[in-house]
Amino acid sequence: MKRLLIAGVVLAATFAGAGPVLADPVDDTLEIDGTPIITRTAAPEGHPFDELYSGWLFRESETRDLSRDSFENPGMIAVEDGEALWNTVMGTEGKSCATCHEDAAVSMKGVGAKFPKWDADSQKPINVELQINKCLTEQMGAEALPFNKGGQQELTAYIKHQSLGLPVEMDLSQGDMQSWWEKGKDVYYTRTGQLNLACASCHETAMGKMIRADHLSQGQVNGFPTYRLKSGLTSLHQRFRGCIRDTRAEQPKAFSDDLMALETYVTWRGTGLSVETPSVRQ
Amino acid sequence: MTRRMKITLGAIAAVALSTAAIASEVSPETVEFTDDGVAVSLTGVAGDPVAGAEAFKNRRLGNCLACHANADMAGELFHGNVGPELDGVADRWEEPMLRAIVVNSKHVFTDETVMPGFYSLDAGKDVAKDFVGKTILTAQQVEDVVAYLGTLKE
Repeated sequence: MKRLLIAGVVLAATFAGAGPVLADPVDDTLEIDGTPIITRTAAPEGHPFDELYSGWLFRESETRDLSRDSFENPGMIAVEDGEALWNTVMGTEGKSCATCHEDAAVSMKGVGAKFPKWDADSQKPINVELQINKCLTEQMGAEALPFNKGGQQELTAYIKHQSLGLPVEMDLSQGDMQSWWEKGKDVYYTRTGQLNLACASCHETAMGKMIRADHLSQGQVNGFPTYRLKSGLTSLHQRFRGCIRDTRAEQPKAFSDDLMALETYVTWRGTGLSVETPSVRQ
Repeated sequence: MTRRMKITLGAIAAVALSTAAIASEVSPETVEFTDDGVAVSLTGVAGDPVAGAEAFKNRRLGNCLACHANADMAGELFHGNVGPELDGVADRWEEPMLRAIVVNSKHVFTDETVMPGFYSLDAGKDVAKDFVGKTILTAQQVEDVVAYLGTLKE
């Protein structure tokens, strides 16, 4: 009934004129199972915004409510699947993640909040997905997981979920992270595709506006992998690729240098927001 | 005349006709912008406001509603507000300026303008294969949208 009422209000407003004009994130606070979540915070120095907003503040009230309670959050199924994988032996060494890292609630607490990190071996930034692959191939005698396959998203969601509520905090002083940040900034402001749009066109210039039915957020990544009501569990590089495809551009490969640089830069843009994985979005 | 010749001649005539149609169309590279906008029709064929309204709301064509509210289309759900409302837009701009804004608003406003150029090859990086060398709207669709915008008076 609530849903019907809301639909009625939207219809009435639409027929009366141009529909409800939302310009700002909502005034609401989020606690997930008693853990306070930082959904607004002051931006770090050098940031184009003064205040950072979690994408949670841009969603409808029903979607926001799904995030509050882990029993209601459909993304938690993936987290449970990830937990099972954590304890599953993979590869020729007879090891599971838990063999070395034991209880993820202890060993992985805070880890997800600090990625991407500098990886001295590859001389590139590394994210949680690629760190899992590194463990699989170098420690466990297993094959690397292909993008979005073999439980990659679920394991990533499980690991990041251990940092729920902790603020995103990258260390750009490691290795060459600063130059990857710069490269990611270039990617962020580069217009792509026939529609000639950059990340910044929607998520900075038009932040808070409506693009058709979608309320444009700051494009924060603190909730990934995220559960999208229209497409289910969605990894960060899947979302990057989807956005870029929507500009009618060729999609860069997941974990390519461009997208690793972009992940580095946009993660920094959310410095201080809580990890919300798995967030619920539209 | 053999049958084969007839077909060949027919084909040549058809090609000649379609070339003539294209030749009278202004290509995206040669659209002339003046202080008043784009004064000359891109096709020489009057725009059809009904077809223009369809291109305006169709998500695969103009998808103008994604960013612009338009009270004339109150029956359509979800009007965006990234750009200004278009109610009465024909009172604010003459036809040449409306055409210029649709063709490539970055020539009218600034390079920072979010709005794509709908009849421009000045696109972003790595245009997807299917769209390389193509404009978002055809010349006639631009004329149709401009004709529709011309009806939006208060």
